[in-house]
Amino acid sequence: MQLQEHTFVHQLGQRRLKGRIFRAVAFGAICVALVMLALLFLDVIADGIGRLNWQFLTSFPSRRPERAGILSALVGSIFMVVLMAVIAFPIGVGAAIYLEEYAPKNWLTDLIQINVANLAGVPSIIYGLLGLEIFARWLSGFTGGRSLLTGSLTMALLILPIVIVSAREAIRAVPDDIRLAALALGATRWQVVRDHVLPYAMPGVLTGMILATSRAIGETAPLITIGALTYVAFLPDSVRSQFTVLPIQIFNWVSRPQAGFHVNAAAGIIVLLAILLSMNALAVYLRHRFEQRLKR
Amino acid sequence: MNGRLPLALVLALALVGLFLAACGGGQQGAGDQNGLSGSIVVDGSSTVFPISEAVAEEFGAENPNVRVSVGVSGTGGGFKKFCAGEIDITDASRPIKESEVEACAQNGIEFIELPVAFDGLTVVVHPENDWATCLTVDDLRTMWEPAAQGTVTRWNQVRPEWPDAPLSLYGPGTDSGTFDYFTSAVVGEEGASRGDYTASEDDNVLVQGVANDPYALGYFGFAYYVENQDKIKAVAIDGGNGCVLPSEETINNGTYQPLSRPIFIYVRKDALDRPEVEAFVTFYLDNAAALAAEVGYVGLPDRAYELAKERVAKRITGSVFSGGSQVGISIEELLKIEE
Repeated sequence: MQLQEHTFVHQLGQRRLKGRIFRAVAFGAICVALVMLALLFLDVIADGIGRLNWQFLTSFPSRRPERAGILSALVGSIFMVVLMAVIAFPIGVGAAIYLEEYAPKNWLTDLIQINVANLAGVPSIIYGLLGLEIFARWLSGFTGGRSLLTGSLTMALLILPIVIVSAREAIRAVPDDIRLAALALGATRWQVVRDHVLPYAMPGVLTGMILATSRAIGETAPLITIGALTYVAFLPDSVRSQFTVLPIQIFNWVSRPQAGFHVNAAAGIIVLLAILLSMNALAVYLRHRFEQRLKR
Repeated sequence: MNGRLPLALVLALALVGLFLAACGGGQQGAGDQNGLSGSIVVDGSSTVFPISEAVAEEFGAENPNVRVSVGVSGTGGGFKKFCAGEIDITDASRPIKESEVEACAQNGIEFIELPVAFDGLTVVVHPENDWATCLTVDDLRTMWEPAAQGTVTRWNQVRPEWPDAPLSLYGPGTDSGTFDYFTSAVVGEEGASRGDYTASEDDNVLVQGVANDPYALGYFGFAYYVENQDKIKAVAIDGGNGCVLPSEETINNGTYQPLSRPIFIYVRKDALDRPEVEAFVTFYLDNAAALAAEVGYVGLPDRAYELAKERVAKRITGSVFSGGSQVGISIEELLKIEE
């Protein structure tokens, strides 16, 4: 008995040491990630902050780096992302509601679920090729060819799996008690979904939606495929108009020989980062707000 | 009320979406009576892009109602769209290939080929390299031909008097028009090159590579050399008539051979019937020399632009290059062949 206790105390010291080592390793891991991110941030900010001014935000691209700006790319990015969200949100959330609340548990539902999960892992360039063939070529009468609408539809396809998966998780997290209580009081299924499940799941749904949108705003490959252009000196006046987006403009500037364009690229990256960070902040804020309201 | 707000939000967003889509039907309104209107779509080579961008910028300043957009799909990608009838003008850093001519013919697309500027492929070394000041085409072939792969790895294997030091090579990837032209001018066969060199599609990466390696040798477009003269050194090329360094003058007057190459735009013949396209192409040829110089390329001799304008006026279609890059022929000679 005594011996056992002795052994136990001895191991405790060792186990505490192991715990501390693990803690240090984990701390090191987060430090590596944060330091790399901070270095990237600082490098880009040091290169581009001096170039960032009102003229840069409100000018069209130009062959002279000091006169060039990102107006058409900025507006193009915003239009494309808003239109994409408008298309992807109802479809994605609708699909999630069907799969979680209505779909019978059978092989067909399983097949759909597996495919949705698989689609989330498909490389984005594949969506670009799909969008090129379907939206830019087959449906060119409706979309206007290589247009803003084509870009938004393609990006909506790209983020749909992410939206569906995150919305499903949010809906699944709603306690069954709530559904059962509402049904017991005579509510129809639609009333249960509308009045109880969706409001409860909304913070999670919105977070997933905004994170998916953040991914889309930095995406270049599918848009290059469907032919978002590089020099566009006009703003889209309809959804069938041609357009460009920030990542494409940045990509073009980085590959130019003149150093002035590299500074422009850095400034463009700062703008893109600012948009991304404010979108993430919005996601956090919305989730917080909805959670507060639910508590009341 | 509390619970229904998100749903109302969704519906409102969906309605906005439908509204936007419905409004998308009409293109921009009628033209301005003082000038041209419409839209011109240009796409193609990233090498030619800076010139087309400059021309579009200046043309747009004079004709605010014409929307010119310029894309970058690469020379091959540009021809694909061009021959499918999706764009009006394509930028090309090499002449159209036989297969592309056929693709165009199948879709009934007739094209007019217009050289717009020269690019002088520049062979560069590290600034501390004091031995390789002038290279003959034979030297370059010894370094770059496919047979050199794995065997020619030191400078003294090219010329015995050069140092016994590693030869590290930098060049563009195989998708690039620069690669196509260099291999055909140096090795004699388009696309024939050793594979064991550092390849990048981004010329700035090549500049960095050569700038940081005292035993490096690389090649890329003249504009990238001009912008980085403090980091890298150009090598004179002996194409049979003595050593010539690349410069605006030697590229323009045709003495920098064989590494000067013409770059082109291809215009759809039926698009030229639209007044805004014809005006744009004329504007392009009138201003290409000045604008090309501004973005790091070299203008053609004046006579070449005159001949090109004649081709536009007479709507002379087809390519003067029967398949692949031609090396060492002046641009005027080529344009006159057609007359």
